[in-house]
Order: sequence, then structure tokens, then C-alpha cells
Amino acid sequence: MSGYTETMDRNRLAGAGDAAAGAWRERFRTAREVFIARVLPPLIIIGTLVMLWELLCSRPGATLPSPSQVLNETWDLITDPFYDNGGNDVGMAWQIFASLQRVAYGYSLAVVAGVGLGVLVGQSTWALRGLDPLFQVLRTVPPLAWLPISLAGFQDSNPSAIFVIFITAIWPIIINTSVGIRNIPEDYRNVSRVIRLNGLEYFWKIMLPAAAPYIFSGLRIGVGLSWLAIVAAEMLIGGVGIGFFIWDAWNSSLISDIILALFYVGMVGFMLDRMVAWVGNRVTRGTSAG
Amino acid sequence: MSNAYLSISQVDMSFTRAGSTNHVLKSIDLDVIRGEFITLIGHSGCGKSTVLNIVAGLLRATSGGVIVDGKEVNDPGPDRALVFQNHSLLPWLTVYQNVEIAVEKTFRRTKTAAERREWILHNLDMVNMSHALERLPSEISGGMKQRVGIARALAMEPKVLLLDEPFGALDALTRAHLQDEVMRIQSDLKNTVMMITHDVDEAVLLSDRIVMMTNGPSATIGQILDVDLPRPRDRIAMADEPRYNHYRHEVLSFLYEKQRKVEDIDRHRGKRAGGESVKAAKRA
Repeated sequence: MSGYTETMDRNRLAGAGDAAAGAWRERFRTAREVFIARVLPPLIIIGTLVMLWELLCSRPGATLPSPSQVLNETWDLITDPFYDNGGNDVGMAWQIFASLQRVAYGYSLAVVAGVGLGVLVGQSTWALRGLDPLFQVLRTVPPLAWLPISLAGFQDSNPSAIFVIFITAIWPIIINTSVGIRNIPEDYRNVSRVIRLNGLEYFWKIMLPAAAPYIFSGLRIGVGLSWLAIVAAEMLIGGVGIGFFIWDAWNSSLISDIILALFYVGMVGFMLDRMVAWVGNRVTRGTSAG
Repeated sequence: MSNAYLSISQVDMSFTRAGSTNHVLKSIDLDVIRGEFITLIGHSGCGKSTVLNIVAGLLRATSGGVIVDGKEVNDPGPDRALVFQNHSLLPWLTVYQNVEIAVEKTFRRTKTAAERREWILHNLDMVNMSHALERLPSEISGGMKQRVGIARALAMEPKVLLLDEPFGALDALTRAHLQDEVMRIQSDLKNTVMMITHDVDEAVLLSDRIVMMTNGPSATIGQILDVDLPRPRDRIAMADEPRYNHYRHEVLSFLYEKQRKVEDIDRHRGKRAGGESVKAAKRA
């Protein structure tokens, strides 16, 4: 400890500038290492692929636009994401926002219902036996197959789309939650019995935290599936939304618009996934097991 | 009988699964006086953990009963705090919070918030864990986890402290260290302790009495050995103590001559099925 302060003092005497410059040089060196190890490989791969795409689609008679052409044709859409000409003719940001809003409603409902049902099925063998066959069959129904029946039920496109999100996202949440509850180590139950936690305390203090890693892996799968489903559902229901934007672009033969929209869909899906993963990490404090 | 603090009387235990009944324990009778350190030793699978779980209230005896300080044991409770073999700390709680969860529940009405905090810190201090209050269990060593497990149990101020092979998963040096600490704490607090072990040295060093169990099925108490050695006991001095070696010899000869474990394949298979049914019964 004293040795350390001594060197510090000597540095200060010799001029703090040297030490600061050293620290900066060190930081620069690690930044460069990170760049070479992490940033460079994807840059090289993506660059190569884009060049290949450019080459293939620049030939006469190519059916799809090249990247430069896409950029050229969609430049207005990229630079002005917030325009609003009324009706469906709004900027990309509003389109994505409309889709995200539907996902937010449907997914939130799925989280509440899914965790609730998962806890029920995880806790009660009777409920498991009763509900599991239903879950196992219903979860294999493709998202879009739910759309006609929900349109018939709700008589309106927006709640139907939200329902499709809900029914798509709920299964992995239920299943993962119930597995998490069933996998709570016997010892944790014993601990709670010895200190005499009541049912509610057991639920909040033991059950949810112990099952949290499982629950969050279900939530993560669920959010991914919701985003997959919304694009398909919106193609059918119409209105503002990134899904219908793609369908509309196809009907108007604006292939470049479709490519731009796909890029945005991918990015948003990626961010949603990361967001849930981040929340999960925070909540479980990165500890899935002791 | 009259001055027994913990009294196990005529306890039988059998598990029934798929029509076949497996008798684990038969007529266990044991009286423990207040402040006594008692150890149950026996071969693995002899049902010594089952005895402890019955005292803890985690399992119900098929017949017979347990009385602690004049009250019959029906459920688990903080008056019979258990230290688990694999520490059983909650991995999402810090060291402090792991003790807190027990203290908050046990002393919610009898202690103020400040007193509870004081009490948590006091107990963690007793096991020398004050330096790691904000650490998560995954960030501390196995020995430290077990210390916290002991602090959590002690913090409930149990009438009887139950230790289920508490040092079994630790390396020899850490184990010795923790044994010394348990001896020190017990001499300070004068707790009544019931410990399960399969380590002969540990049993002789720590106990006032050693209860030796016969092999299952239908295991019962084979012999009880009074360990009349002065306290505090020092493990190095004990190595040259003839009485210590005599006690050691007694336990060893019980385990390896009188209750020699016959390990043929059929029996092993039978034992394993028994172990499974114990688990199944616990879960039910």
C-alpha cells in the first residue's frame, strides 16, 4: 500500500502529464484490441456479403435491387422517418411504433397470464395434468391460424392482432415458468418451511427469484415470437404497421422499400431480444445457480 | 427421562411406494438433555438423516413422536433450525440478506428493526463472516457458505440446532477449521445440538454423546457412547490423549466390525430403490 502511494507521489512530482498520457495510451491499446477482436470480423463478413450482393444484383436482368440502388431509392424514407401524410402514408418510425405498440399490449398480457398459469401448473400436479394436454396441442397452432377466429370474435382488426401476439408469446412463458417452478430445489422449500414463510412470502421471496432464470428464458423466446407474429398478422389486417408496410410495398413493386423494412424489422427484433435479456440479467443478478 | 429437553420416543419410519413398504427406522428412542452436543453416526443409507428430518419436522414419523422442550413436533420451525449439508443459501440474496430472511420472519414481533439488524450482524460476526455482508453466495467459498448457513440457523435462536453432515462437502482443512468454530460457538451459547456425520474423528471431537446406528432396513440405535473428555478440546492435544483414541476405537469397531456394511450387488440395488422412495416421500 505504502509502495503504491510512493510511486503515485513520484509520478506526481515527475509530472502528472506522463502518467495521464500512459493511461491514455493503455486505454487506446485495449480499445484497439477490442476493435480487432470483436468489431473487425463482422465488418469484414458483412462488407464481403454486401459487395457480393452488389455484384450479383448489378447485372442486367437482376430481379432484386442492389444495395446501392436500395439506398438510392429509399433515401427519403431513411432520412425522414417521422413524416405524416395521413392514413397509411406515414414515416418508417411511425410504422414500427405502431407495430411495437401492438406487441407491447399483446406481450404484456402474455407475460401476466403466462407467468400466472406457469406458476399454477408448476405448483399443482392436478392443474398440470388437466392443462398440459391443452397447452401441448394449442402451442403447435401457427400464429396466423388464430387470426381468422380472433377476427370473428373481436370484429375488429387491432384487438385481433394483439390477440395473435398474446397467443403466440404465451406458450413458451407458461412452459418455462412451470419448469422453473418445478425445478426449485427441495432445499429451498425446506429452508422456507423451517423459517415458516407463508404462501405469499414463499411466492415472492423464494419461488419467483428461484424460477427467474427459467421465466426470463421464456420471456425472451416469447418476445422473439411476438415480433415474428406481428409482421405476419399485420400483412393481413392492414393499417399502419411495419407488416402492412411490407405488403403494401410488394403490391406497389417497391422492392427497395421491402428490403429497408426487413432491415428495420431485424434490428428491432434484435433490440427487443436484448432488452428482455438485459432486464433478465438485472433481475437475476447474473446468478442462475448458487 | 424427566430432564430430557429433546425426546425421541418409539419412532418408526417406513415409506410405501408402489405397494412395497420399506422400513427405514424402527423404535428409535433417544433423550437429549439441554446443552448437550449429540452426534448420530452410521453408514450411509442407515436412516440417520431421516431421524434428523423427523426432529426438524420436515418428515412425519410413521409412529412415535418427538418432543422438544415439552412440545410435540408436528411441523418444521425456527426452534429447530437446520444447517443443510449443501448450505442451501438462496443464491439471489447476499450473505446479509440470507440471514435477514430468517431473522425478519422469526423476530418480526419481538425485536425492532434496529435490533434485528444488530442481531444479524452479531450472528455473522460470530462465524467470522462480517467482511462479506454484501457478497452473493456464488462469490464466496464453500466453507464460507457453510458459515453463513450456520449463522442463519443460529440467528433463529433455536432450542435445538440440527446439523445435517454440515462439513461433508468441505475439504479436510476447512472442515477442521469449522469444527473448531462450532465447538467455540457451542461453548459460548450452550446450544443443544444434534449432528449427523459419518466422520469418526468429527464425532469424537465434538460430541458429548455419540449415537451409533445399525444398518438398515429397520435401522435403530445400536449403541450410545459417552464421550467424557474435558472441554475445550484441542484437536492436536487429543491426538495423544488415550481416552480420545479409546473412543475412536469404540466407534470404529462398531462401524466396521459389528455393523460391517455388506455391499453385494443385490443389496446395493435394494438400498438405492429405498433412497429413491425417501426422496419421493419427501416431495409428496
